[in-house]
Amino acid sequence: GKNSGRNGIGKRFSTAAALENLIVPPVQIAYTQNLIDGKFVDAASGKTFPTYDPRTGDVIANVAEGDAEDIDRAVAAARKAFDEGPWPKMTPYERSRIMLRFADLVEKHSEELAALETWNNGKPHEQAAKSELPMFIRLFHYYAGWADKIHGLTVPADGPHHVQTLHEPIGVAGQIIPWNFPLLMFAWKIGPALACGNTVVLKTAEQTPLTALYVAKLFHEAGLPPGVLNVVSGYGPTAGAALASHMDVDKVAFTGSTDTGKIVLELAAKSNLKPVTLELGGKSPFIICEDADVDKAVELAHFALFFNQGQCCCAGSRTFVHERVYDEFIEKAKARALRRVVGDPFRKGVEQGPQIDTEQFEKVLRYIRAGIESNATLECGGDRLGTKGYFVQPTVFSNVMDDMLIAQDEIFGPVQSILKFKDIDEVIRRANNTRYGLAAGVFTKSVETANTLTRALRAGTVWVNCFDVFDAAIPFGGYKMSGIGREKGIYSLHNYLQVKAVVTPLKNPAWL
Amino acid sequence: RFSSWGRRINSFSTAAAAIDEPIHPSIQIDHTQLLINGQFIDAASGRTFPTVDPRTGDVIARVAEGDLEDINRAVAAARKAFDEGPWPKMTAYVTSRIMLRFADLLEKHAGEVAKLETWDNGKPYEQAAKIEIPMVVRMFRYYAGWADKIHGFTVPADGQHHVQTLHEPYGVCGLIIPWNFPLLLYSWKVGPALACGNTVVLKTAEQTPLSAIYVSKLFHEAGLPPGVLNVVSGFGPTAGAALSSHMDVNKLSFTGSTATGKVVLALAAKSNLKPVTLELGGKSPFIVCKDADVDKAVELAHSALFFNQGQCCCAGSRTLVHESVYDEFVEKAKARALKRVVGDPFKTGIEQGPQIDNEQFKKILKYIRSGIESGATLESGGEQFGSKGYYIQPTVFSNVQDDMLIAKDEIFGPVQSISKFKDLEEVVQRANASSYGLAAGVFTQNIETANTLTRALRVGTVWINCYDIFDAAVPFGGFKMSGQGREKGIYGLSSYLQVKAVVTPLKNPAWL
Repeated sequence: GKNSGRNGIGKRFSTAAALENLIVPPVQIAYTQNLIDGKFVDAASGKTFPTYDPRTGDVIANVAEGDAEDIDRAVAAARKAFDEGPWPKMTPYERSRIMLRFADLVEKHSEELAALETWNNGKPHEQAAKSELPMFIRLFHYYAGWADKIHGLTVPADGPHHVQTLHEPIGVAGQIIPWNFPLLMFAWKIGPALACGNTVVLKTAEQTPLTALYVAKLFHEAGLPPGVLNVVSGYGPTAGAALASHMDVDKVAFTGSTDTGKIVLELAAKSNLKPVTLELGGKSPFIICEDADVDKAVELAHFALFFNQGQCCCAGSRTFVHERVYDEFIEKAKARALRRVVGDPFRKGVEQGPQIDTEQFEKVLRYIRAGIESNATLECGGDRLGTKGYFVQPTVFSNVMDDMLIAQDEIFGPVQSILKFKDIDEVIRRANNTRYGLAAGVFTKSVETANTLTRALRAGTVWVNCFDVFDAAIPFGGYKMSGIGREKGIYSLHNYLQVKAVVTPLKNPAWL
Repeated sequence: RFSSWGRRINSFSTAAAAIDEPIHPSIQIDHTQLLINGQFIDAASGRTFPTVDPRTGDVIARVAEGDLEDINRAVAAARKAFDEGPWPKMTAYVTSRIMLRFADLLEKHAGEVAKLETWDNGKPYEQAAKIEIPMVVRMFRYYAGWADKIHGFTVPADGQHHVQTLHEPYGVCGLIIPWNFPLLLYSWKVGPALACGNTVVLKTAEQTPLSAIYVSKLFHEAGLPPGVLNVVSGFGPTAGAALSSHMDVNKLSFTGSTATGKVVLALAAKSNLKPVTLELGGKSPFIVCKDADVDKAVELAHSALFFNQGQCCCAGSRTLVHESVYDEFVEKAKARALKRVVGDPFKTGIEQGPQIDNEQFKKILKYIRSGIESGATLESGGEQFGSKGYYIQPTVFSNVQDDMLIAKDEIFGPVQSISKFKDLEEVVQRANASSYGLAAGVFTQNIETANTLTRALRVGTVWINCYDIFDAAVPFGGFKMSGQGREKGIYGLSSYLQVKAVVTPLKNPAWL
């Protein structure tokens, strides 16, 4: 019955043959050490760890493995740069010039960077080159433009006092970024932190340490003073925990899984109560209403789930379809998934590369098995693709029930789960019935439906008739266990500023 | 008082050598036509008018003389560019990149531009090159950074409505700039107008048409689409009046004299009620308190008045000195004025060049005579400097009474008027007894005095222990007859945006 289609389907995937003759990435790896106080240095322990090509599981390079001692050194450099260095005393205009020069340098090197990102992450090269690198550059232009526009307020008092607020940099910011969008996450964090005059210690994901080192070097070429941006490669339980617990870090910002986010918040609380921004997981509903143009809905829902190998915190991973268009939708969603081009991300036309590593790969396959065992209908996919690396067949389940594991847990892979609904009130209740609350997609032509759903969905972003629109100024972040705080746009500045109220008595004020 | 004249004139610095052989700026003047719809063209009438070197009165070049027909053409081009052209539909990011490219081009050509500005205006070349052109570049970078940060609001309603505001460009903006800081004022107006998505018709001052033409060509080289920025040289009563009265101009911004500002506002009212920003004249008090460090106060008061040949709308033109330091102040102010280096602005070390033209030159000499006739004490200067061009001796009057013409009228020349005061309440009342309200300087170490004066003075800018600080983000503009509206900073944006409220009913809102 439902399971019998598996083997037949597997053979019909596009470009299975494309997993042979992998393209050699057109880029050298120049930087593998930690970058502390403007210099590339080995880890204090001398240890290194491997980083892999997810197309094959082969080691690309060995990278310095930062631990508590390296975090200490990096924090000390950032502290010195903040307390004594030129950075906070430069005019904001000068800081913005450095950031703009950096953006120009990245633009100049964007081909190499896109290749390095693809090699280390597995995302399609076209995606890295044509979408993500330009977004990175755009983000730094955006934040450079905020650097000289940080306003406080003058404040009405209740008595004869002159009151103003100064919005000051918070100091040393610890930032921990994930592996799914290494460069973009670098931009989302470093951009506002530096625009607000802070110094930074950045801990990259152990799966994808390479591109941050490369761009951080460019930042120094652009004139960033030493110690302002320090980059430590390493693991979460060691380097990440050290940063989250550090007594001399003034702020920590973390993007990653909800489970790790809880640990980060706890460590921050137990150490010095540093304020924390968290961007965590999601199980975002994509709601297709009865008036939907089914072809468009299918395409958008497909993209909302499968983009970036399904490795998006905000993936539209619960596809709710109105019963009236359900059957047609399933048919078309299955056909679309069967057409998805999977292969060597360096090859043109490939839509899906490998998953990031063996751990994620195995987890995704486990969830697929759970879906099959819980009796969801496997429409297509269901297994790995090829025999090397971490490729997974684009997988579609229909007849998914809310209580199935695949409907509740974040899978972070190319596994679409389609559920049926009858009316708006019901779908709102079911969409909100999750501990997550990161995003939602709403597909409808009706103004009223759009407005109703928009306000009812407990999610940090509602995409109406679109998905994954990530313009620089649009704030992004989660409700509930999807996170705390917002990134991007003007909202992100709050994360990197603190407010000082200044009060002076007035004698004979002409007005109050 | 009169007997000191003869001795005074001979004791001015560099009297003999300064103006004999004016240094030739060694630049070409390539463009003198109107710039409409991306093309350089003659005036419809074919007429030209001369622009003059104020060092000698000689003609530098003949420039196309725009009149009503040319304004009509320019407005039509700007209208087309706004309604049909790519400009308003470009993303703000793209717009900002054009503005940044323009800033880079300007920086590249800074030397030539500074020479042109000096030649046409008479300000010291070092001032143009080291202060003003960098400020113009900075201002365009500042506003480029605002282009993609124009936020509206979502708004709480009283009932079941979803409400938001869109901050939209006005459309075609008419900008009229003066001759005292041609390029700086170009940047104060063109910067925000373009950043907010408008198109522009700029009418330059007839005394200084050259630099705007030059830099506007660079703007087109930077990728500005045709019709977005149109430049018309010409006279106030013809081109300026036509622009102010034009039925298809959506917004006007004027900097110039209060008298002309009133005419502009009346024309706007009589035609299509276009909103108007006005930056007009001033008679700004510079208040030296009894705790002042007299040497520092003298230097600051001197530059507050004499900067740019005294041709600043916000010149500190009423120097009010506390009686306890008055005598020492006057002695030192006189000595400082006698040391002021007057001469060919292209020479190094020159502090003061010629006044802009014969009309201003004669007006200032009339005011000086009136000062003498009204019984003020002429401490230094009082006459023309040299025999060619429009140079005037740095002139200081003491014992100036509030009812003297030199204490009330804007002179716009190198004529300092020093008056005595006894206490704060008195000086506040005297400082505010003016139809103007542009700026004020306060010189004191005392927090209470600073706070008291700050709130009491009815002016748009209070400079405490400083003067003429014109950072890009600091708003500037007048109370009372010194103007309406603010330029620079975030405030500068409001002049170029209009607010559209958008209201939709909500059905079953989850919250209100």
